Amino acid sequence: MKSSKLLKIGCLFGLVIGIQVLTTLTDTRFYLTQLTMSAYYALLVIGLAVVMGYAGQISLGHAGFFAIGGYLSAALTTHNLVGLQGNPVIHGLGNLGMLVSGQDIYGEQLLVMAPWAACILAVFMAAIIAFIIGIPVLKLKGHYLAMATLGFGIIIFRIGLATEYFGEADGISEVPGFTLLPAIGSFGPISVSGDFGLRVENYYVAWGLLCIGLWLLLNLIDSRVGRALRAIHGSEEAAEAVGIDTAGFKLKVFVLSAVYAAFAGVFLTHYNGGIGPSEASVMKSVRYVALVAVGGMANIWGTLIMGVGLTFLSLRGVFGSFDDAVFGAILIVVMLFAPDGILSMNVKALFAGKGTTDEH
Amino acid sequence: MTQALFFQYLFAGISYGVIYAIVAIGFNIIYNTTGIINFAQGEFVMLGGMISISLLQFVPLPVAIALAVLITMLVGALIEIVFIRWLDKPSVLRMIIITIGLSILIREVALHIWGESIRSLPYFVGNELTTVSFGAVRISPQVLWVVGVCGIMVLGLSLFFKMTSVGREMRACSANRTAAMLCGINTRNMVTLSFILSAGIGALAGCVMSPITYTQYDSGTSLAIKGFTVAILGGLGNSMGAVAAGILLGIIEAYSVAVVPLAFQDAISIAILLIILFVRPYGIFGSSTAARLTEF
Repeated sequence: MKSSKLLKIGCLFGLVIGIQVLTTLTDTRFYLTQLTMSAYYALLVIGLAVVMGYAGQISLGHAGFFAIGGYLSAALTTHNLVGLQGNPVIHGLGNLGMLVSGQDIYGEQLLVMAPWAACILAVFMAAIIAFIIGIPVLKLKGHYLAMATLGFGIIIFRIGLATEYFGEADGISEVPGFTLLPAIGSFGPISVSGDFGLRVENYYVAWGLLCIGLWLLLNLIDSRVGRALRAIHGSEEAAEAVGIDTAGFKLKVFVLSAVYAAFAGVFLTHYNGGIGPSEASVMKSVRYVALVAVGGMANIWGTLIMGVGLTFLSLRGVFGSFDDAVFGAILIVVMLFAPDGILSMNVKALFAGKGTTDEH
Repeated sequence: MTQALFFQYLFAGISYGVIYAIVAIGFNIIYNTTGIINFAQGEFVMLGGMISISLLQFVPLPVAIALAVLITMLVGALIEIVFIRWLDKPSVLRMIIITIGLSILIREVALHIWGESIRSLPYFVGNELTTVSFGAVRISPQVLWVVGVCGIMVLGLSLFFKMTSVGREMRACSANRTAAMLCGINTRNMVTLSFILSAGIGALAGCVMSPITYTQYDSGTSLAIKGFTVAILGGLGNSMGAVAAGILLGIIEAYSVAVVPLAFQDAISIAILLIILFVRPYGIFGSSTAARLTEF
């Protein structure tokens, strides 16, 4: 089992390399930009797939976790702390090497948090918030759960839109690059940023991150945790009766998916050089749910393929002004005709009038 | 806060509150007959406003409103017949996703028909400056229209459910669907009827509120969330509870403007929703003993 999993991921990475070579040969390197962004969105979506497909809990608030990651890392790495230098907390952070100083374009002194420290802090915050929100929210079921997570997403959206620290309606721009590895010898530094010269490096960073995330999730699903989650999805009462800590497992995967979403938010914000309130909007959360649904809920590979494919088409502007409508239509059509996802659709059974049934 | 200002906020709160109550009752009607929450409920309100505004170019105001309500009812019926009627015992998750998809589709269609511009119906009596004074308090006659029309709707609905045989059949359907079917009630038609009814009252509310609150293609979403808050607050399925909870939420929102920035106004009602869901998911008027038998 283990080797086939690694083999599949290896094949995926082979495909990733193949596409990069192909774009270089055909001189269509501009596709790599959207492919990089799709990979980050896919990272969020596969995390959500575990919550929805395996644990059976709907979340209409995952754009909120993405925004927590993105907004926090953007704010911490752009807001100047020079005025607060006397503050002991800031001083302490500086001694820990978590601050970087420099000069802005006007030659003024600039003191901001280092991207790696901001990243850790942002992801940590997202995890904490997911934990605190998750305890009461995951006790709810059905409509109540959907509305509660939707409400959480809207509150995050409103905070981003109404707080000066997060740039209100303009969002935060001019976010610096995130240097993962410093320059070694003749190799340039590896940095997550929108610099066109670093497009190929960024493409590999994004897909590398996605592959690692994918590998971890696939292992999780095949473990004891994965079996417990499937039992919860099948019947929560039965799972509890055989001694599964249902509340604990649901909370753990919820926090895990929030961490995935926050990582996606941090990296995409550094890559785009900014973040705006639209990233936290309800429509984004609904879109992620649509991608999980179309991928087949409890099907990480299906979600990955559909997530990357549809996001890529959407980012390329293929759907034009019907972008949101396309995702709405996908939701309806998939849920009406193929609740188990497009890839596992049984066409014959559908026309025989039996369709795919759902018992849960 | 002066006394006049106090009453001014109170009236503003009540006029918004009755709108929320109507949206909540729309949720309740469908929930009672089907057990599903129609996430596209807010879009009915938006459609009512938008269609009547467009029709006003051709016909006088009362006719435009009546036609808008009829067209929205038709949309409600179509949605039920095309997307919901033929599903055999769908799961809750599936229904949530389908109705969310529907709300997005309706909103996008509205965006392509009416664009992003903010529109409104004219004031039914006078204009935006006309006021009726009650002592030191001045309110727009449109507020009286909103409160009056919504009040009549609530009364009419409760009479409909108590007195008419169709209303009784719908109630039988919500009490026990199988038993209702055994009594010869066509439960599928009752579900269609519940969609028509809640689309109709949503559309009418959308028409009367349009002069005050304006109508935009995406104004349905926040109304739906507030309507849901009110429906939960009053106890899901309880229409009289919804009226009380609606007015309560409207008043809380109106007074919150005095305390927190306007941009956070939506966040307040959602925070209330979350707190209620965590503490008393059966609503402030519901009973905890009955709640133990239902699933949240």
